[in-house]
Amino acid sequence: MSLIEIKNLHATVDGKAILKGVDLTINAGEVHAIMGPNGAGKSTLSYVLAGREGYEITEGSVTFDGQDLLSMEIEERAAAGLFLAFQYPVEIPGVSNTTFLKEALNAIRKTRGETPLDAMQFLKLIRAKAKDLSMNDEMIKRAVNVGFSGGEKKRNEALQMAVLQPKLAILDETDSGLDIDALKIVAEGVNRLRGPERGMLVITHYQRLLDYIVPDVVHVLANGRIVKSGGKELALELEAKGYAEFGVTEAA
Amino acid sequence: MAATEQTIEQVKSLAEGKYKYGFFTDIESETAPKGLSEDIVRFISAKKGEPEWLLEWRLKAYRHWLTMDEPDWAKLHYPPIDYQDSYYYSAPKTTAGPKSLDEVDPELLKTYEKLGIPLKEQAILAGVEGAGDSPSIAVDAVFDSVSVATTFKKKLEEKGIVFCSISEAVKTHPELVRQYLGTVVPYSDNYFATLNCAVFTDGSFVYIPKGVRCPMELSTYFRINAKNTGQFERTLIIADEGSYVSYLEGCTAPQRDENQLHAAVVELVALDDATIKYSTVQNWYPGDENGKGGIYNFVTKRAACRGRNSKVSWTQVETGSAITWKYPSCILQGDNSVGEFYSVAITNNMQQADTGTKMIHIGKNTRSTIISKGISAGKAQNTYRGLVRILPKAQNARNFTQCDSLLIGDKCGAHTVPYIESRNRTARVEHEATTAKISEDQLFYCRQRGLKEEDAVGLIVNGFCKEVLKELPMEFAVEAQKLVAISLEGSVG
Repeated sequence: MSLIEIKNLHATVDGKAILKGVDLTINAGEVHAIMGPNGAGKSTLSYVLAGREGYEITEGSVTFDGQDLLSMEIEERAAAGLFLAFQYPVEIPGVSNTTFLKEALNAIRKTRGETPLDAMQFLKLIRAKAKDLSMNDEMIKRAVNVGFSGGEKKRNEALQMAVLQPKLAILDETDSGLDIDALKIVAEGVNRLRGPERGMLVITHYQRLLDYIVPDVVHVLANGRIVKSGGKELALELEAKGYAEFGVTEAA
Repeated sequence: MAATEQTIEQVKSLAEGKYKYGFFTDIESETAPKGLSEDIVRFISAKKGEPEWLLEWRLKAYRHWLTMDEPDWAKLHYPPIDYQDSYYYSAPKTTAGPKSLDEVDPELLKTYEKLGIPLKEQAILAGVEGAGDSPSIAVDAVFDSVSVATTFKKKLEEKGIVFCSISEAVKTHPELVRQYLGTVVPYSDNYFATLNCAVFTDGSFVYIPKGVRCPMELSTYFRINAKNTGQFERTLIIADEGSYVSYLEGCTAPQRDENQLHAAVVELVALDDATIKYSTVQNWYPGDENGKGGIYNFVTKRAACRGRNSKVSWTQVETGSAITWKYPSCILQGDNSVGEFYSVAITNNMQQADTGTKMIHIGKNTRSTIISKGISAGKAQNTYRGLVRILPKAQNARNFTQCDSLLIGDKCGAHTVPYIESRNRTARVEHEATTAKISEDQLFYCRQRGLKEEDAVGLIVNGFCKEVLKELPMEFAVEAQKLVAISLEGSVG
């Protein structure tokens, strides 16, 4: 069964059509990449899937793990296993990473009818996951994303993903603002989560990230539609030729 | 746009939040007739068997009060208070002080239970007969106006610490009361404090002898219970040379319709090298979402740092009351003395708060820190009003002030009114202020990670208040965090 099935999805922002009929199916175990020029609707697609307010769905449907995704609240989608790694992770002053993530995990566990983790169990979990991402204790105690460098923020997103263990992870321009070393660490973190139960949707402008997170399928999103799909070699082709053939010109 | 819709929704759900601690305990009160007059002042004094000097002081205050006008400079709006339409004395039936908790009215204990008082304190209250091994809190419970349960007095007595109701102190330590009462907040100080001088019913008294570090947190729970009874608490804490005490005051009140006047006075005196830490969690009935009912809270709290190197630290978490008028202050008289004010004030629905502090620098090298966090939701108005005054002899005085406001929704207000007066060139005064809204980005981020909207708001607000909440003693911190979330609970859901 498909993990997520997006059918003919149309969405507008302030009356302006951004998504104009997106069709996309991801099966468990697959990693899909969406590439496309600026303004193609890449981030809009991720926000619409996560349920952010301010986007109007005018047509289409999304089925996630057998459920009607579009009728669910933001936090219900999270509990159902949808995770969005933000392009610009948000700062929450005064709330430590540990507290934030513990509250989040336990809220999700509660919704799923699982017992919450106590402080010690959680600390053990987060420390193990942080270690995988070369994050020290000091970093997990700091306030969520406050004073974090670009690389640290993205690592923090990967940490949250590792703790929350989603079924579908959407990575929105995870490579933006990362130097090559940070990119490798984050990519390793993401790759560690790849598995037969989990799907991933990697949204990126550049092919570079896909050297490290190698996708099974690459899609090109232009003008609010998926205009071309192919294997991982499609990413390289795009890198070489740009998006001109899709009616878009821009400096790379 | 989306942000607006969201805030409107938030405001709506805020308004639906119900006061959790609304219940009424039926204890027969022995009440003075309604209204205020010299006779009532005499009645109260007689009821308490006070000495002549105290009655004279009350009467002097009462006569002065008659010449005063209610202040109107605060950013607060409320209908005129009819001082003749209130009761000024009510006491629970048990007149003689109970010897043990067994003798305490079970109704009262049930009241505390319902309040969820608390965890640790409950255990101590229950454990009076048996446990009490390493007690960390002593409770002087003020039920309505008379203290009915005092625990751990013995343990404190061993160290020479006096912790009792002020009525009792008048009898057992008249010389101390007479020496210090009204010396920090004089009888003519302000309208509400003067009223308090005339009709105060009870409150706490603490004396920490020279060189003694109080081995436990001293805690008082105030409850307003009898219908239509104004509350006029009077608290006096004296920390003698080189002593230390941490005092906790917490309050919740039962739900009712009529507005209730509360005009407390708290006086702190810190002598050479003494430290007083005074923490308050205030959760009186704030009124309903339309502004009906709720406590009027006009409080005068002031500390005199009389001695060299003395220190007073005020921490307050103000979440209740319909009207809050309160400026816990420090008079930094002794050289090198230190004053601190850490405040969280949350207003929701129709609540109004005008609160802040005064730091009066008199001595050399005096230092003060002010951290104020105001959170406003619903249609509430939240004002920080603070005075930093450096007098000519306060060489090298230092002040740092930080006022942060957080708005939830678009119908509430946050105001910052700092007064800074420096008459010494060597002084340094810093003031920082910020105003922010809980952003849609933050809420979306939290919810995407699985948190419900209301939990997200609770988490964000607790983070915003962290600098202040961390100043609270451990015993209080957890309760305060919950309270912050509860106060905004309707806040979203």
